Amino acid sequence: MRTLLFLLEKEFRQMMRNRGLLSILVIAPMIQLILLPLAADYTVKDIGMAVVDYDHSPFSRKLVDKITASGYFRLVGYEPSYKEALNLVEQDKADLALQIPAHFERDLVVDNNKDLYVAINAIEGTKANLGGAYLASIVSDFNSDIRLQWLGPAPDATPQIEVASSNWYNPLLNFHLFMVPAILVTLVTAIASMQSAFNIVQEKESGTIEQINVTPIPKTLFILGKLIPFLVLSVLVFTLGLLAGWAFYGIVPVGSLWVLYGSLVVYLFSMLGMGLLISTYSGTQMQAMSLAFFFINIFNLMSGVFTAVDSMPKWAQYIVETFPTSHFIKIMRMVVLKGSNWGDIGYHLAAMAVIGVFLNGWAVLNYRKTV
Amino acid sequence: METVIHTENLTKRFGSFVACNDLTFDVHQGEIFGFLGANGAGKTTAMRMLCGLLTPTSGQANVAGFDVYSQTNKIKKRIGYMSQKFSLYDNLTVSENIRFYAGIYGMRTPQIRTKTKTLLEELSLTGEAKTLVQELPLGWKQKLAFSVSVVHDPDIVFLDEPTGGVDPVTRRQFWDLIYFAADKGVTVFVTTHYMDEAEYCNRVSIMVDGVIAALDTPEGLKKTYASNDMEEVFYRLARNATRKAD
Amino acid sequence: MKQLIVFIKKEFLHVFRDRKTLLMLFGLPIAQIVLFGFALSNEIKNSKIVVVDYSKDPVSTQLTAEIAASKYFNVARSLSNARGLEAAFKKGDIKMAVIFPEHFSDDLIHTGKATLQVIADASDPNQATTVTNYLTQIVTSFNARLAQAAGQPLQIGSQTRMLYNPELRGAPNFVPGVMALVLMLVCTMMTSVSIVREKELGTMEILLVSPFKTVYIIIAKLMPNLLISIFNLFVILILSDVFLDLPVKGSLLLLLVDSILFIMTSLSIGLLLSINAKTQQAAMMGSLMGMMLPTMLLTGFLFPIENMPLPLQWLANAVPSRWYFIIVKRVMLKGMGLGSVWKESSILAGMAILLFTISLRRFKIRLQ
Repeated sequence: MRTLLFLLEKEFRQMMRNRGLLSILVIAPMIQLILLPLAADYTVKDIGMAVVDYDHSPFSRKLVDKITASGYFRLVGYEPSYKEALNLVEQDKADLALQIPAHFERDLVVDNNKDLYVAINAIEGTKANLGGAYLASIVSDFNSDIRLQWLGPAPDATPQIEVASSNWYNPLLNFHLFMVPAILVTLVTAIASMQSAFNIVQEKESGTIEQINVTPIPKTLFILGKLIPFLVLSVLVFTLGLLAGWAFYGIVPVGSLWVLYGSLVVYLFSMLGMGLLISTYSGTQMQAMSLAFFFINIFNLMSGVFTAVDSMPKWAQYIVETFPTSHFIKIMRMVVLKGSNWGDIGYHLAAMAVIGVFLNGWAVLNYRKTV
Repeated sequence: METVIHTENLTKRFGSFVACNDLTFDVHQGEIFGFLGANGAGKTTAMRMLCGLLTPTSGQANVAGFDVYSQTNKIKKRIGYMSQKFSLYDNLTVSENIRFYAGIYGMRTPQIRTKTKTLLEELSLTGEAKTLVQELPLGWKQKLAFSVSVVHDPDIVFLDEPTGGVDPVTRRQFWDLIYFAADKGVTVFVTTHYMDEAEYCNRVSIMVDGVIAALDTPEGLKKTYASNDMEEVFYRLARNATRKAD
Repeated sequence: MKQLIVFIKKEFLHVFRDRKTLLMLFGLPIAQIVLFGFALSNEIKNSKIVVVDYSKDPVSTQLTAEIAASKYFNVARSLSNARGLEAAFKKGDIKMAVIFPEHFSDDLIHTGKATLQVIADASDPNQATTVTNYLTQIVTSFNARLAQAAGQPLQIGSQTRMLYNPELRGAPNFVPGVMALVLMLVCTMMTSVSIVREKELGTMEILLVSPFKTVYIIIAKLMPNLLISIFNLFVILILSDVFLDLPVKGSLLLLLVDSILFIMTSLSIGLLLSINAKTQQAAMMGSLMGMMLPTMLLTGFLFPIENMPLPLQWLANAVPSRWYFIIVKRVMLKGMGLGSVWKESSILAGMAILLFTISLRRFKIRLQ
């Protein structure tokens, strides 16, 4: 026990002396956490529309006006031909092309139905989907207006179902409430795993680990002495992040801070374990870095921070279940936004704990053998 | 005289490569034992086995009365070690380094304080207590590293090429420290390339290609090999060595 | 020139002798991009929802069936009443609740209107809006069919074509995006750490004392990373074609040239970062913490840049990957040529030259 204290004293002293590293680990992330969530905005708006109007009538103009009046669409211009409108889409100057065929109004009355032609840039799938949905809904509204205008209120109007929607937990649909906690997690993930992987490999590379091996310090104690300072550092960065979230975005966790920090510690336990495991398989710092970056990037992109896990193919979802990060992201959002309690997050907490025990166990076993 | 290190047919194999072959020798308490040999002769491997860092393939060895196979933890408590890179922590001060190593060997804080004071006086480094190690000149670093390796009063101290890269005056001063420690009863097990340092030892062993080619006092070796100095002795023994590097 | 080749050869030997790092340099970027190409998309699918049907009439049952059949929804369970809703939301199981009030179809037939209640878990506002929209879409088409069955006149329909990505897969957006992200981060990290490593080992000094020009030394250092990255690029393009059905529709040469420019910018940034870093750790963390978030968020594959506040759009313009992303999408996915990407390519080229010159100069200064 005393030995551990001496180890910790040394690690903390060294950490404090390393001013440059500390500023990278603390200041740079904070600045990014404050600025970059402003970039995160999925709302589909300002969709550029190129119109090809073969009808040239007040009717078609009314339709286009109604579309642009919705606020979702922006008229890029009227093109003389469909080909030219598509050209605009190709050059990313427009997102969709709308073709109103000739004699639209006349054919609608005569045949009782008539189609518009729409082509949407679908590289970004959701934007295309929602854009198409908005357009369809506006056209449908226009349709009802026309019917009312020309035919008068129908005596036997068709029954219609209306949708009354309400939003719970975030009625203002503040996207920052959702993104800032998640971005904080990506930062803490990178710090915890990289640091623990790197630090031990550094001692291996410089040979100082040999000196430690000759002393009577048990290996597990040495590992503990290495991991605890990073745990403290990560918790510190997390706390600063929460404060920044409160100061700049007005984010106040609805749930209990105990639950939040308790989950954080379990999460860090697994991340530090992963870093440790990586360090046992790396001979040089460059190897540790490549391996750690691989996992960090995968965790950060696939754990549901930016994209929905539910949308992934089944096999990917199973893989993601083994990522501690995906569980912690869920916990973060549940506790901060919905005030979920221990019972609610129980499954995720247990998952992280199990993964953590597995990673740390493997790491310690491997460490004993190889270092 | 008490035997602090005893080995019998100590062997270490890495696959088919035999790094140390059948080493048999004793080291007595309080003596300065020089462990010489060319690069690749097997010195470092032998030393690591004795420090409990490497498990031997076969043979027996006792260090400070404990078995190198099963009692490495007890060995580690009774030995000190100074590696080639004399691992002091560059970004800690002199006194912080002393405090750390003393602490992990189990010394209590008041003990540490007195020991630090004594140590700094012996090294004439009292003014540098708060200096970062990375700012010390090489010679002082070496002396400090040695003192740190014996801060817990071990029975034996293992020194792996401790005087690399410093001027002759500093080397002499370093050996003064070694004598001082030996006088207090610490056994010194030192490997070195410098043949003049071999003269300072009580006994010297010379390893060639994994075996101990000779073991005697410097005087004895010079007589046996009809040489004027240890350098000549070494040359006669090692020139036919087949292994070139560690 | 000959000196340069000697140097480059030496650098290659260094890299290729370290098998473990080599494996990672080649394998990992490729593995990531293929994984992301298959797994990531911006789509919202399979959202778990709950249906509470107080009415249980033909209309509500029919509509429920249609909702369940949609690929957007996964009806987790049908509750008999709404009391368990709050707890279910808090547990994070479900994203939305659809509630049919009593006498649903009666109201519909007799008053011509019935209201469906939808409650979305807006802790993820994007998902909430999207699933609400999808649900509304289903209701709208249900309504339209009711109208058609009743013989509604004057139907305006639309035929919609999805361009470049008819199946709305995530890969066309994510593969170029992740390519830009991974190439940028890996090149920056590898370069900065390997240069600082030489500083730490002391071998850098030996090189710098030699009569060889500093610029040759730098070029030689950057060469292996450049060539490995180009190799990786080819493998990624092949894998995208074979496994993800994303062939290079446009000119491979154009893509290659722009990729080289892009890689040059990352290597130069790595060089810049290595100048002030004292330890490998500092170089590594500086590269990672300094570049990861900005590249992820400002490249444009996760969030459209047009949506961002103006200052951030300007900031995004300074991030090389933002331009490279556009180039890859246009050349690889749309098959367009130099005429359409000359602006972005020139910007990339300008950045590459600028960054390289600045980092070279600062590197030289640091030594004095």
